[in-house]
Amino acid sequence: MSAPTQAPAGHRTQAGPQPRRPKRRARRPLTYVLLSVGLLVMSAPFLWMGLSAFKTGSELTASPPVWIPTEWTLSNFRQLLDDLDLPLYFMNSVIVAVLVTVSNLVFCSMLGYALAKLKFVGQNKVFAIVLGALMVPGNLMLLPLFVLMSRLQLIDSYAGLVLPFAAGAFGVFLMRQFMQSIPDELLEAARMDGAGEWYIFWRIAMPLVKPALATLSIFTFLGSWNNFVWPLIATNNPDKYTLPVALATFATDPNKAGGSNGVLMAGSFLIVLPVLVVFIAMQRHFTQGIATAGMK
Amino acid sequence: MSTTTGRAAEAAEVPAGSPAAGAPAGAGGDRRSRRRPRLGVQNAAGWLFSTPFLALFTVFMAFPIVATLLMSFTDFGLRNVTNPLDAEFIGLENYTKLFGDERFLKSLFNTAYFVVVGVPLTIGIGLVVAVLLNNGIDRARTFFRVGFYAPVVTSIVAIAVVWRFVLDPSDGLIAGLASEVGLTSPDFLGSELLAMPSMIVMAVWRNLGTVMVLFIAGLQAIPTETREAARLDGAGPWQEFRRITVPLLRPTILYATVITTIGYLNVFEEPFVMTQGGPSDATLTVSLNMYREGFNFFHMGYASAMAYVLFVVIMAITVLQLRLLKDNTE
Repeated sequence: MSAPTQAPAGHRTQAGPQPRRPKRRARRPLTYVLLSVGLLVMSAPFLWMGLSAFKTGSELTASPPVWIPTEWTLSNFRQLLDDLDLPLYFMNSVIVAVLVTVSNLVFCSMLGYALAKLKFVGQNKVFAIVLGALMVPGNLMLLPLFVLMSRLQLIDSYAGLVLPFAAGAFGVFLMRQFMQSIPDELLEAARMDGAGEWYIFWRIAMPLVKPALATLSIFTFLGSWNNFVWPLIATNNPDKYTLPVALATFATDPNKAGGSNGVLMAGSFLIVLPVLVVFIAMQRHFTQGIATAGMK
Repeated sequence: MSTTTGRAAEAAEVPAGSPAAGAPAGAGGDRRSRRRPRLGVQNAAGWLFSTPFLALFTVFMAFPIVATLLMSFTDFGLRNVTNPLDAEFIGLENYTKLFGDERFLKSLFNTAYFVVVGVPLTIGIGLVVAVLLNNGIDRARTFFRVGFYAPVVTSIVAIAVVWRFVLDPSDGLIAGLASEVGLTSPDFLGSELLAMPSMIVMAVWRNLGTVMVLFIAGLQAIPTETREAARLDGAGPWQEFRRITVPLLRPTILYATVITTIGYLNVFEEPFVMTQGGPSDATLTVSLNMYREGFNFFHMGYASAMAYVLFVVIMAITVLQLRLLKDNTE
């Protein structure tokens, strides 16, 4: 654990470039080629989706295939907006994802901090519960959860969509890992100065784990944004559909599915694009967070 | 509440009394006396900080886990959604019925197929990509990492819709590529033989970013000194991979295998969107079967039994994996 700080200065740039032997340099072009081929395969479905969304009906079914649309059209998107109330589903997805993210940030950090930095009776048991909850597959709870939500009149409500995900075990685990890196001396010093436990948590610990909070936000927001099974079950009224539920219902509806692949690609494009943009914009935060978590 | 604080005081006695606890802190007597009430405060704070999670856990996780088990011993149906307590207790009937249900056995087999082929592929390819990315390509590393991870962050429903089109036998991407070289594409999702392998390829494509990120983090935790030492001793790239990377990465491999397996055992969205379990139940998974029985036909007692069988299988496999892979470390 303390090895990195004691290592000679030359070794401190662990992630950075190392002085390399010729043998290693010779391997690099091959690495690039392999990775580039892999990347092409990885991005092909996305490219296909993006191009198809802008093709006309005749180009979508043309044989031999038309790879790049000759005349870019928005007709698929227009058709999609006619068929689906996308702004509504978009808003539903955003509202649910924001509520889930905020509650996870607060609740998971609280417990993660308590597990990492406080001493309390039953602490190990609480941690065991968190680890156990990590292992439990979500599908196990669906049936009684549906009955429970029906009894509570929470089917077709935001509360019904948010509450089961309001404090995830993964978030607790992640925050505990990060909170452990806070030096005890700092918290102890604050205690000496008479700071209360909540103050220490909220004003001292939380600002120190901002990268972790960013990581948790991204994970939780995306998890909620992409969540499908529970929203599928917890909504009957199309007014409360989230984007994935709306798209899946549309794509598998026997009466409409004969509809154009172009429209479905336009729908997928609109769901995937914001996520990709956010991910690429925040990826530095993201990978930094992951790397830190991995070092713990 | 009072008993908890009492116990806290007792707990406080132990570290204060033991010489080991006092020594590293290097604290004098006055610090120790300050610490004692502090532990009572920490005890209360600890429980207060735990309350929101524990409350949500109890209502939305612990209760449903128990309730699913109870429901699996009843004939819980649509009318019981409004009157849950009216459900009739029928003992193990759901379970005995389950193992004579060919459709369920088929779904069990399909799920096993998906896991047994899909997990090793995902872990293997994820590891290779991570090692390549960690191979001193500093300039483009972020670029590649983002590219390989992108499928993970996107909606599985959107992905499944896109892949359904990619695999379309007449207008799809594969069909287009095939026609460019004068071949015809098979009807991947319409064929009993090819539907499941197609879904596995898609799952590997989507999930390999997750294990890649875990492996990169694990790789970066391997001290540079260890690698340097191995290289100075004349280890080639393959030896370095086998003798240094894999053994030191074992905890990460274990973790990645366990979470991938759990995820794959629950596979639902892919068949739901792409094939609805077809053709002739060739891609009907346990989760999809359970969803249909529970929420289309409202055989909720029966579906609960399915959920529990799957849960027991998941637990058994997880424990087994932890055992097996841990033993290999020694």
